[in-house]
Amino acid sequence: MFDTALTANDLMFLAKGAGMTLIVTAISVVFGTILGIIFGVIRYQVGPWWAAPLTFVLDIFRSIPLLIQLVLANAFVTMVLGIRISGFAVACGVLSLYTAAYCAEIVRGGIEAVPQTLRRAARSLGMTWGQDMRNIVLPLATRVALPSWIGLALGVMKDSALVYIVQVVELLKSTQILITRLQEPLFLLLICGLFYFLISFPVARFGGYLEKRWSND
Amino acid sequence: MIEIENVRKSFGSLEVLKGINLTVQKGEVLTVIGGSGSGKSTLLTCINGLEPIDSGRILVDGVEVHAKTTDLNKLRRKIGIVFQQWNAFPHLTVLENVMLAQVKVLKRSKAEAEAEAVRQLNHVGLGDKLKVYPGRLSGGQQQRMAIARALAMSPDYMLFDEVTSALDPQLVGEVLDTLRMLASEGMTMICVTHEMKFAREVSDRVAFFHKGVMAEIAPPEDLFGAPKDPELQKFLAATH
Repeated sequence: MFDTALTANDLMFLAKGAGMTLIVTAISVVFGTILGIIFGVIRYQVGPWWAAPLTFVLDIFRSIPLLIQLVLANAFVTMVLGIRISGFAVACGVLSLYTAAYCAEIVRGGIEAVPQTLRRAARSLGMTWGQDMRNIVLPLATRVALPSWIGLALGVMKDSALVYIVQVVELLKSTQILITRLQEPLFLLLICGLFYFLISFPVARFGGYLEKRWSND
Repeated sequence: MIEIENVRKSFGSLEVLKGINLTVQKGEVLTVIGGSGSGKSTLLTCINGLEPIDSGRILVDGVEVHAKTTDLNKLRRKIGIVFQQWNAFPHLTVLENVMLAQVKVLKRSKAEAEAEAVRQLNHVGLGDKLKVYPGRLSGGQQQRMAIARALAMSPDYMLFDEVTSALDPQLVGEVLDTLRMLASEGMTMICVTHEMKFAREVSDRVAFFHKGVMAEIAPPEDLFGAPKDPELQKFLAATH
């Protein structure tokens, strides 16, 4: 017979961890997306030469493993700058920039996918740059970028497991704590995976729903 | 009145307009013919300020298009332009396509804009497609929608840049009919076209462009009946 020492309290503990995963992810995706849109529009608007320094910095965030970024950022903020700041804040900061670096590329790709001829038509009708951006480019670029962006958001959620390194107890860390105590690694990882799935699935489905709705146009 | 004075324009080392002088009166229908690369399409995009010019000037109702102080967004409300590619906004319905700039640019109310859009779409024969997305329309219907979209801005001038060139042959007629209708209503129009029969029928004057120069301009009877420029004679012989 199947037997486990897992109690309702332990499940609550895991749920709290899942909550932390959700909060860190939500904050990072929101700020990362806002920054990503700004960076992406700048990159598109000023052209590759002027955007080179920005591109370089974003490339750094994209190429160095997140775990290393978290450790280095934490050390930099606490030791070099001497600021006392929670691991949670460091985690959100690093993960936001990490998200922004990827999001900027998605945004730029989305904008580039909007045909120049459409934008000329919009400007010919007397629309300003901003009106063209808001009414033509943004909605069309969003349709192109959405699948990649959903993928990014789901990826960030899973990558957020790494923030345990700066002492944030999220879902995976909670699971590890329980594993140490209960010694039921496979069962607990299964539950942990189930939690991740429960968080991710609605996001993926919502993305699918939007895609389907927009493809009817 | 559109006044084009000694306009020159280059793309890199290629000079596409080599000193064009041309005046289009209110109510006039001017068609521009010529081979590809003759600069005729470029001239249209210069008139509404989409392209900068190197020298000379273009005046629309006395306002210099390329002057730094000119508010191009405001000027463009007077000048409708329809391109070879019909450029329907794919995420908006036909009705919304025609309403958008009215609301955003002319600050018309939704109700006003909708009434005007319906009127213009009926005018071009798309009254039954209001709620349809452009992806479901034929090329000819999309092009007529683009014309309605430009007309809804109540422009004083309409520029047509080879509006039938990208259409399947059987769809050309419906779009030309729309242009004929506009011409008969007294709209001031400049049409760049390859449709010689159309040019002959609707134009007050026809201009022939060749390698960046306006080689000849005359009423259609003269230009087609007794072409003087040798390049025009060659061009007409090749297109007939």
